Amino acid sequence: MIATPHVDWFAISTVLVLLGASGIALLGAVLVPRAWRRAFAAAVAAVGSAGGIVTSVWLYVDSAGGHRVIADAFYRDRWTALAQVILCATALGTVLISVEHIPDEHVAEFFALLLASAAGMTFFVGAANLMTLFLSLEWFSIALYVMCAIDYEREGSLEAGLKYLIIGSFGSASLLFGSALVYGATNHIGFVEIAQAVGRHGLQGDVLLVLGLAMIVAGLGFKASAVPFHMWTPDVYEGSPTPVTAFMSSATKVAALVLALRVLQSAFPQEAHLWSWAFAGIAVASLVIGNFAALVQRNVKRMLAYSSISHAGFMLIGLSVGTALGARALMYYLIPYSAMAFGSFAIVAARERELGVAVTLDNLAGFGWERPFLGVAMWFFMFGFAGLPLGGGFVGKFYVLAAAYRHGWTWLVIVGVLATLVSLYYYLGVVRAMYMRPGEGLGAPAVLGGAPAREPLLHAAVGLALAVSVGSLFAVEPLITLAKHAAASLPF
Amino acid sequence: MTISSFTSVLIWLPIAAAVAVWILPLSRYATGSLALLVSLVEVGLWIEQAARFDFGRNGLQLSQNTPWIKDLHVSYHVGEYGFSLWLVGLTVVAMAACIGYGFWVGRDRPRAYFGLMLFLTGATVGVFVAQDMLLFYAFFEAMLIPLYILIGVWGGPGRLGATIKLLIYTMTGSLVMLAAIIVYGLKVGTFDLVDAPTSYSRWLFLGFMLAFVIKAPLFPLHGWLPDAYREAPPEVTAVLSGVIAKAGTYGMLRIAITKFPEPAHFYRTSILVLAAATLVYGSVLAFRAPDFRGVVAYSSLAQSGLIALGLFSATNIGLDGAVLQMVAHGLISVSLFLIAGSIERRTTTGEFALLGGMARGRPALATLLMTTGIISLAVPGSAAFAGEFLILAGAYQRAWWWAVIGATGIVLAAMYMLRLISAVLHEARGSTVREEAMDLRPGELALVVPLVALLLSLSAWPAGVSHHSFAGDAPGNAIRAQFK
Repeated sequence: MIATPHVDWFAISTVLVLLGASGIALLGAVLVPRAWRRAFAAAVAAVGSAGGIVTSVWLYVDSAGGHRVIADAFYRDRWTALAQVILCATALGTVLISVEHIPDEHVAEFFALLLASAAGMTFFVGAANLMTLFLSLEWFSIALYVMCAIDYEREGSLEAGLKYLIIGSFGSASLLFGSALVYGATNHIGFVEIAQAVGRHGLQGDVLLVLGLAMIVAGLGFKASAVPFHMWTPDVYEGSPTPVTAFMSSATKVAALVLALRVLQSAFPQEAHLWSWAFAGIAVASLVIGNFAALVQRNVKRMLAYSSISHAGFMLIGLSVGTALGARALMYYLIPYSAMAFGSFAIVAARERELGVAVTLDNLAGFGWERPFLGVAMWFFMFGFAGLPLGGGFVGKFYVLAAAYRHGWTWLVIVGVLATLVSLYYYLGVVRAMYMRPGEGLGAPAVLGGAPAREPLLHAAVGLALAVSVGSLFAVEPLITLAKHAAASLPF
Repeated sequence: MTISSFTSVLIWLPIAAAVAVWILPLSRYATGSLALLVSLVEVGLWIEQAARFDFGRNGLQLSQNTPWIKDLHVSYHVGEYGFSLWLVGLTVVAMAACIGYGFWVGRDRPRAYFGLMLFLTGATVGVFVAQDMLLFYAFFEAMLIPLYILIGVWGGPGRLGATIKLLIYTMTGSLVMLAAIIVYGLKVGTFDLVDAPTSYSRWLFLGFMLAFVIKAPLFPLHGWLPDAYREAPPEVTAVLSGVIAKAGTYGMLRIAITKFPEPAHFYRTSILVLAAATLVYGSVLAFRAPDFRGVVAYSSLAQSGLIALGLFSATNIGLDGAVLQMVAHGLISVSLFLIAGSIERRTTTGEFALLGGMARGRPALATLLMTTGIISLAVPGSAAFAGEFLILAGAYQRAWWWAVIGATGIVLAAMYMLRLISAVLHEARGSTVREEAMDLRPGELALVVPLVALLLSLSAWPAGVSHHSFAGDAPGNAIRAQFK
């Protein structure tokens, strides 16, 4: 008989809640009559992700001293729990905007997949060894591949799914290969054990280990869409159904960055001098390429995709310095960032539905006046992205730059500031397109005709995102305290 | 509610009103009335503050301090000194007049418009009262957002280009300032402007100065000014030149000179050269400008140079004069731009070639434009004369030739202002001036007359501002003590 480890069910309750809801939604795809299916699946998904928020908040409160559970494969600590709260909130928002935006066919399967990928991510952020890391990465990625392609009748959706699948698999393969090399070098898969083995056997600078680390960094870089692992991002963001893009741009980034910091800090502290510089380089490359490429985009989703690359660059600054301050900065930054990224894609989804064609800067004309709430929300998000003090993005940038300066990297502060300056042009371009050019005369009337749909749930989701992004400017202190406790779980 | 919390109320009341205006489905009339009411309440609150202000005392008054980001020692710290009190007063008065003007001319999309104007009021007051560097930066940037939209939506035909220029110029300056703030704040361990010790870093000084020089603006970084001042709606131009530009010179005084005494001393001559160049260059351009707003815009540029001359003369009277001139020029500039707006509404243009002869049959317009124009060209006895005289006397104490250059600027001011007055009011009737174009209406008079009345009272008692800006009327000592 095989001895089973003791299972701390509460530690994985968030994952289980999401997974359970996913199963129920999937059953609904078969058992619930077609007319009720959308409402049923959406309700299950909403309850599931709200439940996930509750359990992860509870977990945060109840896990002051972080430790590993279930045969040391999963972290029960505040770093995990806080990331799970953000992920579940994003999932809940995605449910709200998907209800009105996902085509009837496979609607229940869509919600099931959404919950499954959220469950995968909430597991991923708590991974404590290379095995759970890889498994949960595949778990949420496979769900995302299908979600990207779910609107397969639409031009681009299937292509996006395929592209994401191929490039994503390449990233996963790289991660897996890297894990194998690290295992080969240290004979361990647990993060803590890897660090111990490196220390014990004097493996610092070991070729296998460093090569393995580099490949793990590349694999995570793909998920975080950091340059030079970003080439899939614009195409996939553009082609996927917009609610899926909203989810990917916020949740995937949260999961990848939160986990990356954990892996680097717990498994490779002795290699900090290497990955610190590597990530600083990746951050600078992401800032440069993301911002300059965004300047020339006309398609708003592509523009936002490049903008998300540049924000990955900002957050990687917080990661690369490898200090508690950097970790706090990263965790704080993720909160307004995920709200703004999510909210702006939700607004694009609304416009897209209204027009029936891809949203470009030209056909955004007059949008701000036609739909005042969404317009105002969009300009809040754009100014917030640009780091103007209309939301937490401002404090987030200030924080990561402060972390860089504390680390002695004044040059990185200058790069960050210059990148922000470049980014202003395209963010303000959206505001300009929405307000400063009259819609009529540019040949961009509503293609589908009639008044825009009412979309109360989408409005609610955008309202929540707006509240989080503005609120995080005023409630810096409480949020930083949360992030501080979360970062205390990591070994600094 | 204590009197100290009025400082916060002055910031947040208009911002709250802005949100209310955006959310509540009010009619055009109700929106405008609400905005005007709030802006007048602001004036009332400010008068209450000024009445309770102890001008003889050292240190920050009417202050509030709560931690914002404890981790990095950033706080929500607001409060006022004598000179900031006057600039806040200038802000609330100018904004009330400009919101009234917007109401009077009936700007379309009133809820968006008035909301943005109110937001701008709050942010600008915030700049003048913030005593924490990051908070100062936040308000400094927040001013830009409503301005960008106000110019971009309600501006003239070239508005898109103007907004891009304005944004790129000012953001370049402010982002460099952000880097300087991060470095300075983390190095000294606090972002609090009152507590932070002085610094010797010349780089940091230049980082701050870049932002202020662009905002003020000084030659050669004034590239955004002509377009923005011409394309913005007149009342927004009035705010921009009368109030927002003062944020630049205020920053020089509050941060650059106070916190960086050694670098300020080191770069003094270079900055005085820039200031003098701005003064002469702006005045010459004003003399050559073909339109009303062009003249006032370039004269504002020249005045920024003059104010910077006073500040960096680093003499007691120069500093007194600079503060007085900030207030006086703010009022002058708001009045002139509002009058320019009224003239443009009647003639559809500000081109001198198409204007002329407007004094005939329009006594109120003629009187007000003459009065403001004459005050602005610094006729002896006027507020502007008092300010300029103090600045020149201060500059003279530094070295006599600064005063000579400054005096040249004043002569040029007389030339361009008289040229403006005669081109608009006198000479033959311009082709766009119709016989039936009306005199200023009661609504317009209600906005401009109080401003001119304030200017006249300031002319009668300039010491009201110049002797009440620094504790004990000893600016040099106050700055050396870092206003503590």
